[in-house]
Amino acid sequence: MSAIQDIPVNRESIERGAVPVVAIDNVHKSFGAHTVLNGVTLHVSQGETLAVLGRSGTGKSVLLRLIIGLAQPDSGTIRIEGQDLAGLSMDQLSGLRKKMGFLFQHAALYDSLTVAENVAFPLRHHRRGMSNAERCDRVQHLLDEVGLQGASDRMPSDISGGMQKRVGLARALALDPEILLLDEPTAGLDPISSREIDELTLKLQREHQMASIVVTHDLFSAKTIANRLALLDQGSVLVEGAFADLQHSDIAFVKEFLRQS
Amino acid sequence: MSDLGQAKTAASHTEVSGLTMPRGAVIPNSSGKLFEDFFGWFGDLGIFLWRVLRAGVTPPFEWRELVRQLDEIGSKSLPLVALAGSAIGVVISLEARYSLSRFGAKSLFPATLVYSVIQVMGPIITGLVVSGRVGAGIGAELASMKVTEQIDAIEACAINPYRFLAATRILACILMLPLLTLAADACGLLTGWFAQSLVEPLSFHQFIQSGFQGATFNAFLPPTFKTAVYGLIIGLIACFQGMRTRGGAEGVGRAATNSVVLASLFLILADVVLVKFILVVFP
Repeated sequence: MSAIQDIPVNRESIERGAVPVVAIDNVHKSFGAHTVLNGVTLHVSQGETLAVLGRSGTGKSVLLRLIIGLAQPDSGTIRIEGQDLAGLSMDQLSGLRKKMGFLFQHAALYDSLTVAENVAFPLRHHRRGMSNAERCDRVQHLLDEVGLQGASDRMPSDISGGMQKRVGLARALALDPEILLLDEPTAGLDPISSREIDELTLKLQREHQMASIVVTHDLFSAKTIANRLALLDQGSVLVEGAFADLQHSDIAFVKEFLRQS
Repeated sequence: MSDLGQAKTAASHTEVSGLTMPRGAVIPNSSGKLFEDFFGWFGDLGIFLWRVLRAGVTPPFEWRELVRQLDEIGSKSLPLVALAGSAIGVVISLEARYSLSRFGAKSLFPATLVYSVIQVMGPIITGLVVSGRVGAGIGAELASMKVTEQIDAIEACAINPYRFLAATRILACILMLPLLTLAADACGLLTGWFAQSLVEPLSFHQFIQSGFQGATFNAFLPPTFKTAVYGLIIGLIACFQGMRTRGGAEGVGRAATNSVVLASLFLILADVVLVKFILVVFP
């Protein structure tokens, strides 16, 4: 909990009713007959980290895919910086995506490229005026930031799962995003690597002041890095608030979830 | 919205990882389902082609990736195509000599070899060899990227995968097929002449002069450049099959196989139309 208190959250802007950076309103999503999201409403403001918790298959990852436009909601609206994704052209959506960094659950690194080339990939496409030297410096800075000095020339298949997540994080940060979406950043990692990723996420939050949404099963991780938590069950937000709010909840599922975590 | 997620066309289509696709039952449960899947496949292919065209003609252009693909598809296919062309040259030489001797038309050997290699065998053999090597390669590569979310990661980086992955590969196939065909033709003529000259000495100069006597550009250019259409077929089908893959390692294998089989099949079918077209337009 002390870690949460360390984060300089822009609570004033939230309280003043500032426009949330990410606003998800009454979103529904089904795959065939299977309803994944059933009226989800969540808002995230600048500098805030929201952890989305829930059992497997409750639509947490789908929610992130909807936010970045990799899938579309059946109904409801998703607004990024006030812009409704549903009304955007491909170019407008691309413009918004440049403001978002996405860490995939399995890192999704380009397996034919080295670590450095993976991190340089968004820069090559969106910072075309950047010289090779500037790009190399930027990549090196990002790799330093995630603690991967000296791994530049290694292939993704030659590094550990934790290192892959770090590379994915460096790639997600390459374009200085205003919104960071993390899909299970600690899944499949040992406890030490998980805590390292948590510390790294906290450090990046402090330095970059992004709006972040972290999907995770890991309650300890959520408690460490998030200002606010939302627990999903059967496609709906069961409870939302600070960790203390979850602890004091009378809902049986919330109690069970906290006990088992 | 996401281009990859827009093809929400029919109830029989399932959205998976942003791509829509026919449910793809291996064993169709009814003729109606088979009919629906068959036309659904062509519908999806048409939508895919439209998106690639739209992405390919609008900036930013992916020159770097195009050059990489030209090397991957062109330079690296050259040895295989040259070998196949050489083998075909020898086979035609042996067969033609035997057949022409029976009819007392041995003097027509150079022209027979030249026309057989350049108009018929060179283009189709090049197309089939490239379909096998490049079609399987592209299908498997993109399918592997799809199932490991690498294509989603490209899209999440605000990069259009239709432009970066598909348009570059398809354009490289279109540009390289005619050049590879020329290489196959050259190797076929050279080995055909060599096989003939082992039996009956004939200078290469005489062979070429006799073979191309009275020939016009119309006789040779259209058959060579029709292979650009083969390139379109190979690139398009391989990219389409790869980018709509689902189902892990099995899906990757299926995409690679389908890419080769479908590209080869459509290539041969297209040849029927192209030959007739060339005969009518370039008599």
